[in-house]
Amino acid sequence: MTSGSRDKLLEVRGLTMDFGGLRAVDQVNLDIHAGEIVALIGPNGAGKTTFFNCVTGIYTPSSGDVLIHPPAGKSQRINGMKPNRITTLGMARTFQNIRLFPAMTVLENVMIGRHCRTSTNIFGAIWRGEAARREERSTVERSYRLLEKVGLDGLANEFSRNLSYGAQRRLEIARALATDPFLLLLDEPAAGMNPQETHELEALISRIRGEEKVAILLIEHDMKLVMNISDRIYVMEYGKEIATGTPQEIKKNPQVIEAYLGEEAHA
Amino acid sequence: MIGSFKKSLGISLWFMFLTLPLIVVKVNTLNNTVEWRWANLIWVGLAAFVISGLWQLAVKQQELRRLKFAASGRKVTIKPSLAQRLFDDPVLSRRLLAGAAVLAVAFPWLVSTGQNFYHVNIMVSALIFVVLGLGLNITVGLAGLLDLGYIAFFAVGAYTYALLNSHFGFGFWLCLPLGGLMGMLFGMVLGFPILRLRGDYLAIVTLGFGSITKIVLENWDTVTGGAAGIANIPRPELFSLVLDGREKSVYSYYLILALVVLTIFVTNRLKNSRIGRAWMALREDEIACVAMGVDMARTKLSAYALGAFWAGLVGVIFAAHNSFINPDSFTFMDSAMILAMVVLGGMGSILGVIIAALALKLLPEYLRAFAEYRMLVFGGVMVLMMIFRPQGLISNMRRKYENAALAEEKNNDVR
Repeated sequence: MTSGSRDKLLEVRGLTMDFGGLRAVDQVNLDIHAGEIVALIGPNGAGKTTFFNCVTGIYTPSSGDVLIHPPAGKSQRINGMKPNRITTLGMARTFQNIRLFPAMTVLENVMIGRHCRTSTNIFGAIWRGEAARREERSTVERSYRLLEKVGLDGLANEFSRNLSYGAQRRLEIARALATDPFLLLLDEPAAGMNPQETHELEALISRIRGEEKVAILLIEHDMKLVMNISDRIYVMEYGKEIATGTPQEIKKNPQVIEAYLGEEAHA
Repeated sequence: MIGSFKKSLGISLWFMFLTLPLIVVKVNTLNNTVEWRWANLIWVGLAAFVISGLWQLAVKQQELRRLKFAASGRKVTIKPSLAQRLFDDPVLSRRLLAGAAVLAVAFPWLVSTGQNFYHVNIMVSALIFVVLGLGLNITVGLAGLLDLGYIAFFAVGAYTYALLNSHFGFGFWLCLPLGGLMGMLFGMVLGFPILRLRGDYLAIVTLGFGSITKIVLENWDTVTGGAAGIANIPRPELFSLVLDGREKSVYSYYLILALVVLTIFVTNRLKNSRIGRAWMALREDEIACVAMGVDMARTKLSAYALGAFWAGLVGVIFAAHNSFINPDSFTFMDSAMILAMVVLGGMGSILGVIIAALALKLLPEYLRAFAEYRMLVFGGVMVLMMIFRPQGLISNMRRKYENAALAEEKNNDVR
């Protein structure tokens, strides 16, 4: 269940996204509270990833409001903000089709996540004074710690393109965590993982929630994973939100069974 | 065997057909007759057949070796490249660097005697292109932003010095930073409108920018002197000493050498910093890069501005060294040549770009005997490079970071 407070972190109201005549996301409402793990599920093409892209600034929503209430900082409406601004405000994401920096090392990938939390400018980088060196050291140190957390510290100096699929997904999580987010958005983190890896991922996500003090919103098709770790679930179909509730409620919801879960879950 | 024989035969026939008009037909305009040199055709056919046969034999051998290796069940070990091993060995790389430095400093005294300073002048023009290559390496190699009009910034630097000197009497040392800053300014001017462009579109806009600059220089007669250019640009001064021709060249050499060292130092520092990592991330994946909180506009602009800065700076030295400039020194061919240096050397690799720049500028000078075949060889080398080493001479090096905190913890545990 939810840990402690019920402070709202993210508040999405009537979010709508049109692509020409196609309405990909239609009047979706969604809330995330501190410490929660929330899952967004639904059939392929339901608009889940489009929803993610609207919230993280990759797309500008056609209408609706995306409001954030950072634990440290003032509440604001973030529609149409640039993705890097939104990340700096404290929401970090991973991608459905892994988007690492293939010709950079594993450690350097995580160090990019620290970019928005560090401040060395061009002159500082050329001069490399005490402040710049200190910042660089702490960046390396923090990145190593995050790699330890996802179990990749042994591969820190490998090129990220040489990692296995499951390891690349975990690296994306570490890179997102490096931006010090209060909300982590994971787009199908278990896609392409075998049952063993999925099991480890489940443990990792729960651990991150506790240790990094982040709330998590995830899109996922692996129902076992979703039902095990989510506090609440939102279900989407054809761009619309069709149900919301705890895993128990969602499992029994006839509309969700028909649209997505199918008969075997019903049985 | 029959298969490869047939393939070779096909290839040789195709080559005979392709080269027919060039090699066989010769029109004699004096007698109005056409000469058919069929013997040449047979030689071309035979050569193509033999080369193709050898090629296929080599491919087959390699395939066999790979199969044998797979059957033996040994694990594949990837050997780090020679350059990577050098990079990882601080002692050896420092020694090599010291050797290169001594050679570079002694160079003018080794090759020039009396009034013969031909080699020094050639080296100066080669080193000018080394700086240009390293500058473009920031924009193209590190940040991945294609620029087909880079020579325009070089022109901006050169004309800054030439114009400020002829109109206002500004000296070389004042103009040197001004030229760099003007290059930077133009880099930003180009950078702003193309922030949203990628790939092909970026290539077209930068190509247009390079052409516009050249056309403006050619046609704005009242200011730039038009196609005639600007002459009598003073050479760099040295405490008002009077230098003879050779000494002037040697002085230019040391000046440009110092600039090369400065460029290497700055590029290297930037590359291994927060800024450089952001550039590389932008090159690797733009969407992921902004999603990780990197400001795209600022990162792109800084890459353009810093790349252009070096071109502007070295443009001033170019104008001073040649003491004459006109728009013909800033053609698209030069932009393409600098880009070729970056691609050939290896995107983002400082050492690779230096080697490629020296090779592309020095080899044509010293192989003047084969001047007619220059473009042929150049094209051939390019094609072969793209097939066998698409990543360039020296590909992206892996920089290893020590986990300082962890190492310290371990030390404490031991105690």
